Parts: sequence; structure tokens; C-alpha cells
Amino acid sequence: MTAATVETPAAPVLGRPSVGATVSQTLSMAWRQMVRIKHNPFELVDLSLSPIMFLLLFVYVFGGQMAGSTSDYLQYVLGGLIAQNAIFLTMYTGTGINADLRKGVYDRFRSLPIARSAPLAGKIFADMFKQVWSILIMVGLGLLMGFELRSIGYALLATLVLVVFALAISWVSVLMGVVADSEEKVQIYAFVIIMPLTFTSSAFVDINTMPGFMQAWAKVNPVTHLADAMRGLLSYGPIAEPLMWTFVWAAVIFAVTAPLAMRAYKRKMV
Amino acid sequence: MSQPGTTDYAIEVEGLTKHFGDLVAVDHIDLNARTGTVLGVLGPNGAGKTTMVRMLATLSQPTAGTGRVGGYDIIRHAPEVRSLIGLTGQFAGIDELLTGEENLRFIGRLLGMPTPDAKARARELLSQFNLSDAADKAAKAYSGGMRRRLDLAASLVGRPRILFLDEPTTGLDPRARGELWELVRGLVADGTTVLLTTQYLEEADQLAHEIAVIDHGKVIATGTPTQLKAKIGGQTLRIQPEDHGQLDALRALIAERFPDLDPLVSAGAVTIGVNDDGVMPTLAAELRDRGIALTDFHLGLSSLDEVFLTLTGHRTEDETDDDTEEAGR
Repeated sequence: MTAATVETPAAPVLGRPSVGATVSQTLSMAWRQMVRIKHNPFELVDLSLSPIMFLLLFVYVFGGQMAGSTSDYLQYVLGGLIAQNAIFLTMYTGTGINADLRKGVYDRFRSLPIARSAPLAGKIFADMFKQVWSILIMVGLGLLMGFELRSIGYALLATLVLVVFALAISWVSVLMGVVADSEEKVQIYAFVIIMPLTFTSSAFVDINTMPGFMQAWAKVNPVTHLADAMRGLLSYGPIAEPLMWTFVWAAVIFAVTAPLAMRAYKRKMV
Repeated sequence: MSQPGTTDYAIEVEGLTKHFGDLVAVDHIDLNARTGTVLGVLGPNGAGKTTMVRMLATLSQPTAGTGRVGGYDIIRHAPEVRSLIGLTGQFAGIDELLTGEENLRFIGRLLGMPTPDAKARARELLSQFNLSDAADKAAKAYSGGMRRRLDLAASLVGRPRILFLDEPTTGLDPRARGELWELVRGLVADGTTVLLTTQYLEEADQLAHEIAVIDHGKVIATGTPTQLKAKIGGQTLRIQPEDHGQLDALRALIAERFPDLDPLVSAGAVTIGVNDDGVMPTLAAELRDRGIALTDFHLGLSSLDEVFLTLTGHRTEDETDDDTEEAGR
């Protein structure tokens, strides 16, 4: 009954999305992740439990023997625990992407005129919120336990450094998340790498107490530099040198894993 | 707007082929969908319908052949194709944790709409799809029919001119199916071109202007629903004699009286596809006169099984002849 000329107000034909459009799509994807947390607040409880437990156990169980007093050990170990937790947290980026890739919602993303990288970038971006949340929880609990903060300004800087480092090493997790065929495999890979990596560092103990071969490794371990940087910024010790090595490591890890992860991801996204 | 989308055909497919290792999922398919019409792609599970749709919607790359959607090549101009199409797949492309309204607003934001516009469009679609009452409930609380409607709404946020519906009503009850059909009719009335895959002959009959029947990745018949019905019989008459020994006599009788029909003997019964309403009473009188006692004599809508039986000579689940396996190109 309608004339042949009637046309729906269709969207214009678009080519590849511009940089501005890509940024806006990434933010929309991040928004989706935040809304998911709003509807499932238990995720935040889940995120908070393990750092709280680790902090309480390490300080009140090991503290006395490690540093003579729990309060001295708290000053030492908080930075290390924050570093370890940040690295563990990046694992969820990989498991989340792995789960999403196998669902219908990614088919919808693929059929939309949006940048191929937007779903991935949005997820990584939103996961930084979890990093900030965790550092707040740990510093907050630390303060309740008697932790003495070097200064608020340094603490903010520590948060920024942590986010930058996490952004870079998230790509290791993304790579595993894209390549692995199940979430469980991502978790196993991540655990096998992250557990020894974080323990063979200065996160929990003075590396001078380690045997020579272990010291040699611990001195170059990126977790040592991140833990030292966190400790320097939050409580005491040198800042400049560990900070520099933290950024060097972040750059190296990013440069190696991001292109690999993007290549594997694009092959999946077409 | 000077763009190649002004052709007579919104979807043009030539020799489209997809291999998964040794498996030939889609085998040199040729198809055309006229702009503003519904093309029904009818076939059983595993016929290659979804694989074909995924290639046309730029979700996977063809092994060989070409496809143009709105005049744009699906490989070289994938971004342009994406800006023209909407896709509703077999698995709901919605986020179950988000509410219906958030799901639609999210797609609108992704498509570059300012937030107020995205919200308005979401509200508009929710009301059009009779989901306004559930707008602020998480999608995981939706019924199957509501989920499909939300999924369809999500594919329409950007007002696509060409819509791919991959088995949109599989698993829905008849009422929900009817509601979805009405929505599709409304879209077509507004000028949208639809490619619809389905396992249900009735659905293709209800919605499609043209139907392509596919099996083992190949198109085995095309035509308007009327043409196909003439070919295969819109309805099926099933005649089961009390005495199995009379099956052949029965078939001979039908062949003699109705030389145009092609009776098939299977499972102790004779089935014939019929279009002519006179066949049933004529046969009933004839059988009574000859004293052939029957246990079943009924007219039903042709099921996909019968369509396949007629078109291919094998049942849908019969995979004994391995005609899909072919040397790779």
C-alpha cells in the first residue's frame, strides 16, 4: 500500500571507522562492562576477597618472623602484595575475552560497523577500573592495620604506575585468552606463570636472603621492579630506579605480546 | 546517494563456497534476493544455512565465490556491508546481564548515536516489539520469545536496509513464532530486504517471496512458494492400507488415475504431494469401490521431510550418499 519511493531513514553507508569513532566505540564497550558490574556487584566482592585475605595472612602470620614485627612487615609487604594482586587481576581480562569470544554477542559485534579492536580495547580499559578498586581496597585495609603512607601524592602516582604496568601486561593475558580453547586453560596457564613469577621477586622477602642463582633471577624479575616501585611510592625506599625498570619491562612486554595478541584476535574476528 | 546499493538485487551470491578442512559446508551456492523482498532459505540442520549467512554478514571468509550485499563485495568492502546489514543469529546476540533497554542503548551508542538518541531509539524499538514492560529487567529473565524479539530489535537499532535472520523462530512456541512473523512483515512493508533461513516450510511459505531449498551445502530448488508447491505439492496425502500387500496396487492405482503425481512408498504407506482439492475425494471413492481397507488416510501440510523426499529422493537424516565431499578448488 505504500508507494515504491518510501524509504526507511537508513543509516549512511560507512567505510572503516575513524580514530574518533574507534575511541567512542571503545568507551561504549567499557560502559557495557561497567553496567555488568552494576548488575552483578558480587564481582567486586570476589575481586576484594583475595587481596584482603592475602594481606591479613601475610602480615599476621609471617610478619613477626619476617621482619621482627607485624607493623614493620606491613610497611615492607604492602607494595609487594599490590604488585602481585595486579598481575593476578590481569588474568581476568584473558578469561573474560575467552568466554565472550564463544558467545553470540561477539557475532553481533562482528556484524556491526565498528572497529574490530573496540570490544577488546573496551574490555582492557574497563578492567583498569578493577585495578584501581583493588589498590584502594589494599591501601585502605593497610591503613586500618597501621600502615604509614609516604604521601597522598605518591600514592596517586603509585596507582597510575600500576595501571600503566597492568595495561601493558594485560596483553599476555589477552594472547592466552584468544588462543586458548577454554577459560580453564587460560586460568591454568596464568597460574603456572604468575605464581612462580611473583614469588621469585622482592615482593615478600629481601632478595639478599636468597641463594645466588635465585638472586640473579630475582634482580631482573619485572615483579621485583614493580614491587620496589610500589614500596618506594607507598612506604619507603628508592623510587626512581625501580620506576624506570618497571616502565622498561612494561614497554618490552607490550611490544612483544600486543602485536601477537592482535594478530591472533583479528584472525578470530576476521 | 550514489552508491552501488541501487541495484535490483540487495543480495547477490555467486559460487559461494566454504570448506572446513575436508568438509564442504557450502558448495557453490548461487542466490539472489530482490531489493525489498524476503528470500527464504529452507533446509535441514547442517545444510549450510548458517555458514552461508555468516559469510554474507562478513563474519567468516568464503573459501571461493563472491557475494555482494547492497552492491558491496562482502570481502573487499566488509565495513560498508556491515553498515547496511542487521543480523539475528541462532544464538542470542544480547548481553544477558544487561536490561533490554541497556542492550539496545549500548548498540545505539556503538553505532555512534548521541546518548539521548540512543535512548529514544531503544524506547521506540522496545515499544514496537512489545517489550516496554520488561525494558528495565535483565535479559536473562526474559522468556524465549522475548529474547528473540530483543535480539531482533538489537539488529534493527541502526535501521539496516538488509536483514539476515538465521532461524529466527527455531525453538519458539507457535504464538511467539506468529508474533515474530508479524514483526518481519512490518519491516518488509517498510522496504527492508530480508534473508531468512528456516527449517520450517510453513515459515518460508508465510514470509518469503522466493525460496531456495538447500541441502548438503547446495541449492537444490528455487522458486516462489507457489512454484515450489506446484513442484512438490503444498499438502501431503498419506494413505496406509490395512494390508501391506496392497501397497503396490495402491501405487499403481494412483499412477493410473493421477499420472502427474509422483507417489512414494515408505514406512508401509503411500505419500503423495497434492495441490488439487479434488484428489482426496476422488481417491476415497475409488478405494472404496475397489474394497481397499485403510488404517490411515489424511491430508496434511507438507513437512520439510516430505519436501526433501520429493526433491532429493532421500530423507533429511539420510546421509548415506556422500555427495557433498568434493575435491577442493
